[in-house]
Amino acid sequence: MSRSTPERIDPILVANRGEISVRILRTVRALGYRSVAVFSDADRHAPHVELADEAVRLGPAPARESYLSIERLLEAARATGARSVHPGYGFLAENAAFARACAGAGLVFIGPSAEAIETMGDKGEAKRRMLAAGVPCVPGFHEPGASDEVLLAAAEEVGFPLMVKAAAGGGGRGMRRVERAADVQPAITVARSEALGAFGSEELILERAIRRPRHVEIQVLADAHGHVIHLGERDCSVQRRHQKVIEESPCPVMTRTGGPELRERMGEAAVAAAKSIGYVNAGTVEFLLDEAGEFWFLEVNTRLQVEHPVTEMVTGLDLVALQIAIAEGRPLELRQEDMLFDGHAIEARLYAEDPARGFLPASGRIACWREAQLEGLRIDAGVASGQHVSADYDPLLAKVIAWGRDREQARRRLVDGLAGTALFGVASNRGFLIECLEHDTFVAGEATTAFLEETRIGEPAAGLELDHDRDLSVAGAVLVFLAARDTAHARSLIVSPQLLDWGSSGLPRVRQRYRFAAGEAHLSVLALGRDRYQVDGRVDGEDVASEVEVLGRSAPDAELRIDGRRRRVLHHVEHEHRVHVSLGARTATFENLAASVEAVGEAQGGGRVVAPMHGTVVEVYVAPGDEVSIGMRIATVEAMKMQHELLAEVDGVVAEIAVEDGQQVAAGDLIAVIEDHA
Amino acid sequence: MSAFPSRITPTSSGFAENRADMLRLVDELRALEARAEALSEKRRPRFEERGQLTPRERLAHLLDPGMPFLELHSLANYLVDDPDPATSVPGASLITGIGFVAGARCMVWVDDSGIRAGAGTGGSLHKSLSILDLAMRQKLPLIHLVESAGANLMAYRVEGWARGGGLFYGLARLSAAGIPTIAVLHGPSTAGGAYMPGLSDYVVGIRNNGMAALGGAALVHAATGEVADEEELGGAAMHATISGLVEHLADDDAQGLAMAREVVARLDWNAGCSRPAPRSFEEPAHDPDELAGVVPIDYRKPYDVREVVARIVDGSEIGDFKPRYGVSTVCLHGSIYGHACGILGNNGPIDPNGATKATQFLQLCEQADLPVVFLNNTTGYMVGTEYEQAGMIKHGSKMIQTVSNLKVPKLTLYIGASFGAGNYGMCGLAYQPDFLFAWPNALTGVMGGEQAARTMSHVARVAAKRKGVDPDAAALEEQERRLVAHFGRQETAFYTSGRNLDHGVIDPRDTRKVLAFALETCWEARHRTVKPNSFGIARM
Repeated sequence: MSRSTPERIDPILVANRGEISVRILRTVRALGYRSVAVFSDADRHAPHVELADEAVRLGPAPARESYLSIERLLEAARATGARSVHPGYGFLAENAAFARACAGAGLVFIGPSAEAIETMGDKGEAKRRMLAAGVPCVPGFHEPGASDEVLLAAAEEVGFPLMVKAAAGGGGRGMRRVERAADVQPAITVARSEALGAFGSEELILERAIRRPRHVEIQVLADAHGHVIHLGERDCSVQRRHQKVIEESPCPVMTRTGGPELRERMGEAAVAAAKSIGYVNAGTVEFLLDEAGEFWFLEVNTRLQVEHPVTEMVTGLDLVALQIAIAEGRPLELRQEDMLFDGHAIEARLYAEDPARGFLPASGRIACWREAQLEGLRIDAGVASGQHVSADYDPLLAKVIAWGRDREQARRRLVDGLAGTALFGVASNRGFLIECLEHDTFVAGEATTAFLEETRIGEPAAGLELDHDRDLSVAGAVLVFLAARDTAHARSLIVSPQLLDWGSSGLPRVRQRYRFAAGEAHLSVLALGRDRYQVDGRVDGEDVASEVEVLGRSAPDAELRIDGRRRRVLHHVEHEHRVHVSLGARTATFENLAASVEAVGEAQGGGRVVAPMHGTVVEVYVAPGDEVSIGMRIATVEAMKMQHELLAEVDGVVAEIAVEDGQQVAAGDLIAVIEDHA
Repeated sequence: MSAFPSRITPTSSGFAENRADMLRLVDELRALEARAEALSEKRRPRFEERGQLTPRERLAHLLDPGMPFLELHSLANYLVDDPDPATSVPGASLITGIGFVAGARCMVWVDDSGIRAGAGTGGSLHKSLSILDLAMRQKLPLIHLVESAGANLMAYRVEGWARGGGLFYGLARLSAAGIPTIAVLHGPSTAGGAYMPGLSDYVVGIRNNGMAALGGAALVHAATGEVADEEELGGAAMHATISGLVEHLADDDAQGLAMAREVVARLDWNAGCSRPAPRSFEEPAHDPDELAGVVPIDYRKPYDVREVVARIVDGSEIGDFKPRYGVSTVCLHGSIYGHACGILGNNGPIDPNGATKATQFLQLCEQADLPVVFLNNTTGYMVGTEYEQAGMIKHGSKMIQTVSNLKVPKLTLYIGASFGAGNYGMCGLAYQPDFLFAWPNALTGVMGGEQAARTMSHVARVAAKRKGVDPDAAALEEQERRLVAHFGRQETAFYTSGRNLDHGVIDPRDTRKVLAFALETCWEARHRTVKPNSFGIARM
C-alpha cells in the first residue's frame, strides 16, 4: 500500500440502520463513492434505504435475523460487489468476529483491527494494557475468570463505593453501583445475569466509583502509518442510568483556568493509549474526571461514537470521511498542532421513549416529523413522517446538535431546535431533553454524571407535569376547534373564509371535553371574531380564561397570541376531533371526547337480546349473573333451517334469560337482558 | 371601476350622533336576545340533573365549530303574548337558523326547552312554518332538536291547532322534495309533537329522556284510565327496539348529536354538486363598520343610499344605472363576496320615472340572472295630480308586477322607512323575498303615524265643514295623538320582527356578511339538484 494508490474500497456497504446509517451514507455519497444500504423488513421504507444507491434486504425485523447476522451481511456485500463495510455503532460495530469475517471475505472493515476490538472489548484486559502504558486507571480488580468469592474479597481492597461491571460490557448493562460490603453479592448476581444476557459472557470486573465525576472522552484518529492525533474532548456527563443523553464539546471545565493544560494531558494520555495497542482508525478513549481535575481511564470505544457530531461541529472535520480515508490506507495529513477548536457544540439524543412511563421504549407510527431549521443547528435523523418505529431496535430517533460561538448560544439554539422540531405519533423524550438543558446546573456547566439522579428531572416524583400546562391546553382547545372548522369548511360547498367564526347573533360557545394523560379537562371556545377566541374552563382543578388570536397556521407550525403573548406551537391534526400539540417542552394529545359517537348499545337492542325472526331456540350459552362482553355468543336461534347466532352488543352482566332451549320464539321476543356493571 | 367617493366623514359630529343612536338600538336588540338566553339558562340545573345539555349547548354540539350561523326570527313572539317591552321574551321558545353540520348547509331548529319546557307560544307556529318554507326554497336539510311540552292547553286557540298541521305537511313535502329531515328526540314530544319524529326521515332518540307518544301518561289516564309507564309508552329505547320509530339510540345528548352529525355526513350532501372556484374580491374601501353611523335613525333626514352601498359591496365599487333619470330611485350594480348583484335603493319616494327605471333595471337583472338586493328606505309612491297624471299607478304596478315575478334571488333589507305600496315595490314580506332582514331603526307600515293622523284629521275637518259645524279641535288632537301612538307602536322593527314579518333584525355592521351568507345560500340552492320522490320517505 503506498500513498499514491489508495486501496479501492467502494462500493461501501453500511451495515447499520437509522440515523447513523443516513449520516454515513451522506458522506459516502458526498465523496462520490457508491453506497449500499441494508434493511430488515421493518425498515423497508426507512430513510437510509432511500438514500443509498442500492439496498439489500437482510431478513425479518428481529436484529438477530437481520442487522446482527454476519452471514447475511456478507452475502449482501457479495451480491452487490461491495469492497468495504462501515459498521456504524451498535449491532456488529465492536464485534471482532465480524471484523474478522469481513477480512476473510476480502472486505475492508472501516474501523480498527479485530485484535484491537477484542483487546478493548475485554474491560479487564484493556485496563491491564492501559496501566502498562502509563495511562491512569481507576483502582479496581480485573482478573479473568474471578469467582464470586474472589470478587467479594477484592471488593474490600478496591474500597467503596464501587462499580460491578460486565467485563465485556458497555452502555450501562451489567453494571451496578455498590455502596457497602453487604450489597456486593446481590450486585454480582444481577450483573452476571445481565452480562450473560447482553454480551454472552458473565465475566465481571470491579472498579472504585468516583464521586460525582464527569464523563469526559477524547476522540482519537490513527492512520495505518502510525500517526495518531486527538480531536479534543466531549463531555458526556448527562446520563440516565449510564445512557448518554446530552453531550458537548468542549467540556465546560476546559474553558476555565487550567482547562487547556488539562485537555493536553488527557489528549496525550488518549494518544498514548491508542498507540499502546497499535490502534488504527477512529476511536474514543473514555475517562472519568473528578472535581479536583484528576482523571482515570474508563474504556476505549473502537467505533464511531453516537456523539461524534459535536466534535465535527467544533473542528469542522468529517469523521466518517476521515475513517474512510484511513481505511483506504491514506496517511492522516492533520497534525496535532493544526487542530483548532471553534465555538461550542451540544448534542441531545431524541429517543422514542416515554418519560411518563418510566422511559419505556415507545413504538408506533410517526404521524409527523419535521426538523427545525435554525442557524447552527444540525439534525441527524433516521426517521420520516409515516414511518413505523419498531420495538426491535434502539429507540434513538435522531440527534439534535447545535453549534454556537459560546456554550450559552449553543445551548439556546439547541433548546430552540428541539422545541421547533415536530415529532408526533410516538412518545419521545423531547420535553425531558429541554428540561435538562434548561436546568440551572446544566446552564452553569456543572452537570456531572450524578446530574439526573440529583435533580430527578423526568421522574414523576420531581413534580414536573410533562403532560400539559395552561397555555398548551388553551392552544390545544383552539387547534381542535380549528381542525373541526377546517374539516367542515373543506366539506362545504361555498363558504367564503371571511364568514368563518361569525354568526349574525354570535356563535354558540363550543364546549369540549379533552382527554389528557393526566385526566380530563373541560374547556369551551367562543369565537370573538375571525381567528380570535375566548377559551374558558378548568384544567387539572385550575381555572382557565384566555383570549387567543391565531396569527398564522401552516402545519405543523402555528403561531398564536395567548393573552397578549406570542407563542409558537407545533401541531398535527390526526382527525377533525384529535390534534397533537407541542409547546416548548410540553407535548399533549387533545381529543374532543364530546364529539365522538362511540356508540354503546346502538339502536338494534343494546342490552336487550331479541329474536331476529320466528324460530326455535337451539341453545342458550349464558346464565343470569354471567359476565359478557361485546361479540360473545348469547344464544342460537334456528329458523328456516338456518342457525342464527345472537351476540352481545354491550359489555355487562346477564340479568335475565327469558327463554329455554327448544322454545319457539317470535320475531322480537326477548331472549336475554344484559345490564351494565352496576 | 374605482371606489365610490364617500362624502361622509366618520369623524364628524353628525356621524358620531348617528352611530350612537344606532348602536343604542343594536344594544337593545342584543339585550332582547340575551333575555331569552338568560331565561333558558336559569333552567341549567334541571338539565344537568337529567344529564342533559342545555338547548344552546345542543346547538353548539350539532353545528360545525367556527362555521357561520345565520340566526332566523330571533325576536319572534316579542310583544305578542306579553305586550310589555320590559318583560316580553323574544324567540318563541325556539332557536332557528341556517348553519353547517358536517359541512352541509342545514336548517337548524332547536326547541328552547329552558323556557316553559319548550311549550309553544303565540309566535312559535309562524316561526316554524317560516323556516320550513325557507328550508324548502333553499333546499336545506332540516334538523330539529326536539324537546317540547307541546301546545299550551291553557292558551289553546282553534286556529293554532288547525294551522299547526302545516308543520307536518311541511315535513312531508320536504321529504318528498328530496330534502332530508332529521329529528333528535332529546325530551318529550307528545300529542301533535309526536309527529315531529314520526314525519322525520331520520330519528335519533336519547335514552331515558327522549319520549314520543300520541298521548302522554296524563292524557292516557284521562282518556282510557290506563296507568301507563312513560318509558313503556314512548321512551326512546322502546321506540328503538319495539315500535321502530327511532333509528339511532344514544346514551346522552352529546352522543345523540354526534350521531345526528353522522347521519348528515352519510348523506354526502355536497357530493353531487361541483365546488365553485373560490371567488376573489376586495373588501370595501369604506369600512362596513361605518354603516352604524352613515344612516340617521330618523328616516325623515335624507342621505344618499350610495353611502350605504359603498360600505356593502366589494371594493366599494358601484355601477350607477341611469343616475340622471328618476334620480330618487337608485339602481346600482355591485358585487358582494364576488357575487354580482343588482341593488335597488331609495333616495326618497318613488316617482313615475323612478318606477319605470326600477322596472327596467329589475328586468335586466332577471335577464342577466343577477340576484337583486332591495334596500328599503322609502315613504312610498309619489302622490299628487302631477304624478297621477304621469301614470304613477301603472308605472308603480309594473314595478310591483316585475318584483313579484322575478326568478333571481331576492334579498330585502329594511334600512329605514318602508311605507305603503313602496314596501310592495321594494319586495316586502308579501313578495316572498328569499331573505328579509331589518335594521333596528327600520319602520314599516301603510304610512307614517303622523301622516295617518293628519289624514284622518283632514277628513274630519272636511266632514265638519260639510255639516257646517266647527271641528272639535281638542277631540281631533286627542285622535291624532292616539293614531300616532297606534301606528308608532306597530311600525318599529322589533315589533314587526316579533310578528315574524321578516327573518330577523340585524346589526347594520353585519349587513355585508348577512347578504354574503344569503347569496351563498341561494347560490347553493340554485346549483343543487335534489331528487324528488312521490310520497316522501315512509318509516317502515
